Amino acid sequence: MTISVVIDGRPLEVEEGTSILDAAAQANIHIPTLCYLPEVQAIGACRVCLVEIEGNRTLQAACVSPVAKGQVIYTNTDRVRKARRFSVEMLLSNHPFECLSCAKNLHCDLQTLAYDLGIREIRFSGEKSGGRIDESSPSIRRDQNKCILCRRCVTVCQEIQSVTALYMQGRGFETRVEPAFDRDINDVACTNCGQCSVVCPVGAITEKEYIDEVWAALSDPTKFVVIQDAPAVRVALGEEFGYPPGTLVTGKMLAAARRLGFDRVFDTNFAADLTILEEGTELLTRVKKGGTLPMITSCSPGWIKFIEHFYPELLDHLSTCKSPHMMLGALTKTYFAAKSGVDPKDMIVVSVMPCTAKKFECNRPEMYDSGYKDVDYVLTTREFAKMIKQAGIDFQNLPDEKYDDPMGEYTGAATIFGATGGVMEAALRTAYEVATGKVLENVEFTAVRGLEGIKEATIPVEGIGDVRVAVSHGLGNARKLLDKIKTGEANYHFIEVMACPGGCVGGGGQPIPVNNDIRLLRAQALYSEDCALTYRKSHENPSIKKIYEEFLGQPLGEKSHHLLHTHYTPRSKF
Amino acid sequence: MSQEKQCQCAEVQEEELYPRLEEVIMEHRGKGQDLIMVLHKAQNLFGYLPKKAQEMVAEGLNVSLNEVYGVITFYNFFSTVPQGRNSVKVCLGTACYVRGSQEVLDKAQKELGIKVGGTTEDRRYSLDVVRCIGACGLAPAMLVNEDVYGRVKSPHLPDILAKYE
Repeated sequence: MTISVVIDGRPLEVEEGTSILDAAAQANIHIPTLCYLPEVQAIGACRVCLVEIEGNRTLQAACVSPVAKGQVIYTNTDRVRKARRFSVEMLLSNHPFECLSCAKNLHCDLQTLAYDLGIREIRFSGEKSGGRIDESSPSIRRDQNKCILCRRCVTVCQEIQSVTALYMQGRGFETRVEPAFDRDINDVACTNCGQCSVVCPVGAITEKEYIDEVWAALSDPTKFVVIQDAPAVRVALGEEFGYPPGTLVTGKMLAAARRLGFDRVFDTNFAADLTILEEGTELLTRVKKGGTLPMITSCSPGWIKFIEHFYPELLDHLSTCKSPHMMLGALTKTYFAAKSGVDPKDMIVVSVMPCTAKKFECNRPEMYDSGYKDVDYVLTTREFAKMIKQAGIDFQNLPDEKYDDPMGEYTGAATIFGATGGVMEAALRTAYEVATGKVLENVEFTAVRGLEGIKEATIPVEGIGDVRVAVSHGLGNARKLLDKIKTGEANYHFIEVMACPGGCVGGGGQPIPVNNDIRLLRAQALYSEDCALTYRKSHENPSIKKIYEEFLGQPLGEKSHHLLHTHYTPRSKF
Repeated sequence: MSQEKQCQCAEVQEEELYPRLEEVIMEHRGKGQDLIMVLHKAQNLFGYLPKKAQEMVAEGLNVSLNEVYGVITFYNFFSTVPQGRNSVKVCLGTACYVRGSQEVLDKAQKELGIKVGGTTEDRRYSLDVVRCIGACGLAPAMLVNEDVYGRVKSPHLPDILAKYE
């Protein structure tokens, strides 16, 4: 049912229950917000979205106030402007003014608001509540001095990810966002997914930067520096340079990497194709030989840490495959080293990932199978953009370049890894053909696409019967599936889990902001690239056939086992 | 009896209380919404909320330990340190404050070697502040257990404290 309201003199018909904030947006009236986060949190805590309602004594927070029939609302009166400004001034009175050296400089919601609201002086000063800098994690850096207590990180961690690694501790002036007992974030059950860093409106939670380390490697003439990038990076990086979300900038990204000084540019997609062969073979083996089912994908390191902490008894369900960029790292320092004659001890492998969890992953003790650290540094999409800017590269006017051989060729199946459901779809394309020996005509499994939290499908496969699969994204949804496995309700063969909502396109290292519209646009760009590619099934990739012939032998063979597979570590839920 | 032996004694007693906490948790298993109620019962049992009890409550009610600790640190009623045999409370209400209770409090912290909210190592005293105990006419006032002391000056403190074993 719709009701009539008047906002700033404009009569509107809106659905009952709509918030004033959303109703105003329908009339193209922008109400500033700070703690509000679409799809995640509306709590009216920051008092920035205040509006005046005729007949109401006090101003109301637009994000939590539903419209009422006949309401007359003003979003831009003197009183409203003063109140909003006052709210932000109070936050600033407790904020360290380190804007020029802050990692979020020019990407800070508080900074933008202070500017938009016309704050030209800091009227209030006094003791600041302060806080500590927590650099314990290889993925996340927390500077509690900058925290404005908006709770976005707490809500995303609790409600979306069901992890609750952070919570509001203490009361009043002493309130802070910390784990229990004010432990370091690296010492508690944090998955390193980085969703907190995506939603933090200020510089209180950011990724741990490794930009300087990578510059040092690039400047060192004795080092041979290899870069690889994940599929989700190429559909989001452009946003940092003014392109609309969902613009595919692969060619320019590769040109930028070469101008930064990288010696080789490989594609994580190559290893995604390899993952499909290894994981697909593993699945078929488990089905035929009665191994642990359902088998669950293992490409998302945030997800891996989640199951290690919260469901260690289910670790046997995980595929033993390393994530694609770790496979590529191990192969760069073995296969490529042998082919190129470069000594692996002089190699530095840098992964550009949409992900903060991969920073932790590359430091795991299991990830030294090449005899060296398989991947030396992980940069997020955001950090890579910063390097391009630091180098003064005119991104928009770069030519389009291509990946290097022998690990630059990829199929459409690999590129869709970046979207939720993509690994499943890629696996089904190959598993079907390997299991039946027949050509799969329609390669698009649309049932596993899209942003529904948990997607299910049943695919009849000749010789095997019905293959039941499920796909989840966001760790809260993973938890639901794992609970079903524990109670025996989940009779799937294969499950894809991605830690971040939307899959890697919505990863913790991606350009900010992220919302469902942006996630869909980025995913759509991946599906478009898939359509446009000659090869759309991983096992058709000529470079993959070659690496098995020249080096690996066969999927799950001895070399694969050594370089491409791993094991997991049970961890405490505290 | 040596102090060391006393401490062990207290620990043994605490260990014996965990099965009773387990019983309390059983009644609320998986019910995160009962968190505050269960913490109340746990604190009544132990006199404070030891880390192990917090972990058991988190596990039993299926709530993150980080949230449990957040709730405990929010409410003044909950304590994460054991309470001493004697509770010392200095009033920082308006009347007491203007008559110099901050000085009394500073002296108490110095004398006991603990901060507000803390307990001495021998568990003889716990120190807290209160906001008005209705004894404004006697400001600055303080409480030790049930006993009210009025017009306290910091030099009086050692004598007052010494009365309580």
